[in-house]
Amino acid sequence: MFKRSFIDFDKPSLEYASLPDKFTAPEMVAPTRTVTLLLEVPFTQNATGSFKKGAQVQTGQKLCFDEDSPRYAISSVTGSVSGVSAFTGDFGRQYTAVEIEVDPREEFDSTFEAAADAPTLETLIRYLNALPGNPAFERFADTAKPIDTIVISGCEQDLLVATTRHTIETRMAEIKSGIGILKKATGIENILIAVPNDLIQGYGHIGAEVVAVGREYPAGMKPFIAYKILGRVIPAGQSPEDTGIGFIQAEAVAALGQAFETRRIPSTKTLTFIGKDGTRKMIAARQGTPCSDILTHCRAVLNDRDRLIIGGPMTGSAVYSENYPVGPETDAIMLQDRYDVPYISDYPCINCGECIRICPTRVPVNMLVRFLEAGQYAEAADLYDLYACIDCGLCSFVCVAKIPIFQYIKMAKYELGLTMAETAETTEAANE
Amino acid sequence: MNNHKQFIVSHAPFWHNGSSITERNYHILLATLPAVLFGIIQYGVNAFAVPSLAISTAMLWELVMNKATKRPVTIGDGHAAVTGILFAMVLPATAPWWLVLIGTFVAIVIGKQIFGGIGSNAFNPVALAAAILMVSWPDYFDFDASLVNYDFGFIMVYPLTALKYFGPGAVEGFSVSGLLLGQQIGGIGTAFGLGLIVGGLYLILRGFIRWEIVVSFVVGISALLFNIFDPSRFGSPAIHLLTGYTLIGAIFLATDDSSSPVNFIPMLLYGATAGIMTVLIRNIGVYVDGVMYAILIANMLNPLLDKIRPQAIGKVV
Repeated sequence: MFKRSFIDFDKPSLEYASLPDKFTAPEMVAPTRTVTLLLEVPFTQNATGSFKKGAQVQTGQKLCFDEDSPRYAISSVTGSVSGVSAFTGDFGRQYTAVEIEVDPREEFDSTFEAAADAPTLETLIRYLNALPGNPAFERFADTAKPIDTIVISGCEQDLLVATTRHTIETRMAEIKSGIGILKKATGIENILIAVPNDLIQGYGHIGAEVVAVGREYPAGMKPFIAYKILGRVIPAGQSPEDTGIGFIQAEAVAALGQAFETRRIPSTKTLTFIGKDGTRKMIAARQGTPCSDILTHCRAVLNDRDRLIIGGPMTGSAVYSENYPVGPETDAIMLQDRYDVPYISDYPCINCGECIRICPTRVPVNMLVRFLEAGQYAEAADLYDLYACIDCGLCSFVCVAKIPIFQYIKMAKYELGLTMAETAETTEAANE
Repeated sequence: MNNHKQFIVSHAPFWHNGSSITERNYHILLATLPAVLFGIIQYGVNAFAVPSLAISTAMLWELVMNKATKRPVTIGDGHAAVTGILFAMVLPATAPWWLVLIGTFVAIVIGKQIFGGIGSNAFNPVALAAAILMVSWPDYFDFDASLVNYDFGFIMVYPLTALKYFGPGAVEGFSVSGLLLGQQIGGIGTAFGLGLIVGGLYLILRGFIRWEIVVSFVVGISALLFNIFDPSRFGSPAIHLLTGYTLIGAIFLATDDSSSPVNFIPMLLYGATAGIMTVLIRNIGVYVDGVMYAILIANMLNPLLDKIRPQAIGKVV
């Protein structure tokens, strides 16, 4: 665990990780029994989809409820669907979980092969939206929010994670062809690739402008890249797409290149495994592989009251089950021993100002947290810049009183989101 | 029962830099030790008794209030102990037990707990207690009278009293090095300038107090303008800086977390206000030393000052 330095009147600097020592290639972890794919569609009993329980599916087969929806999953294995159930994620997000029993004889679905001749945006949305890195290609077809700049994020989103770095360092050829396809499909010429500043050298012509991003957390976060590199401020509460910037993970671009080269939909996700002692390993696993298979492969044991974290130490989310599957955005799996779990407390803010000095977007966290603790979310948003927060977690990291500030912030955003949705609904109903 | 492993689930971040309120307060206690130890060496067992009683009674009042308000017991976080020792430091070694008891009562109960405990006090508890007691029992804070039975071989007058009533000529005998080494009478922990400065530097370097407040306080105190205006009436900056409660005020009292601002410009304004008010009270006010009142005035301005803050990136105006 990180400890601050003895002399500490300056703010701590947290640097993004490099690749693990003695790194060769990611270790392949095959799913042993089942994979679980999460569809971003709420589960309903009577919904009819392209699959049902007991049906045989092939690797690369599209699993969806609605053929035209951009929300679907791509089967990462060959086997039979053994269960379809509801799954609730963080902050009440509803998914449909499709469990597939793995058949060792692998057969590939050929639907994409026919479409792989012409890389149109429609093909991308129809077949490649579930690529590792979660590209969400439908954003580029949204006429309400036209995108003029694509930024390929070659930066990690969290500390210790080296997944994107691995992509940048080892899969440049695929990224290059991916960039070509992206240009052709979207018609957007202005493509940038943001990479850590120590990797800026030696790319040659890859079809995108290479820009350097600092190695200090949270320089690699999307709002920061937009602000520092493009000079565009994403207004509080809006997404990068609102300002015409489409971010896409480097891994998704590499997978895009790979898809058209192999004419198959890639479903292998690279991720960083972070052990209890901080040792790291690069792992490649089919999407949907349960964490337990990766733990077994890494000979890692979790006990009661340990923590299993999907993502990195600053922004990841702790899950309650070893069966949690690897998804398109799972860049890391981190384990934490029960003795390393930092405590949070119910102490009030003592106004030491550590959070103020570390906040990258200059949010008045000390005042904000007082309103959030009192549940006055609307005031917090109006007076103390709740929505300027970019969710980096640094305030909680340095909080002397160990207040779970980041949790308060996420909670407030969630609650306000609910209220806003309700208000929108009532106005809509009133208008009708 | 199911046979699933039970993991701890909580919100990110999963790291913490390891700082804590307890750590912070114990380091402040540590930083007061050079000055307090010097006081004990100077004044003997009395100067040991007063801080001991102050720390223990401060913690006791905290415990009483915790129980009375049915809130978690917080005496372990060190804040009551820090309040106790800082209060003892501003007392003369001869302070009677009841003065200590009442002082810590005012500091902990009136200064801190009735506002809601740690983090909620609008005024520095020690400055508040000292100010109330100085008004209520001024004789005990008259160091010339309190310490009349001591003789250490240097000028045994309280420099600020001499300066106020007899002019700068009366304090010519005090050298800067002498003042730094504690050759003056005063509170138990306020005379040894060097010890206070060392403690302050330690706290600044470790990040436990905010340097902006200390520096702006010291710059505000410099009193140079008065001195240039009329050197025959007003003391030099060095005298103002190294005597009375200036150093303990700048380093330990003004920097109290909850009653001081956190943004850069407000911190400078806050420190400077306290410094300037100190000199104004000393030079043209009726009190011999104005540090406590100056800090309370700055505390009062704090919420207003802290409204001056940088605009958040992405803020929609």
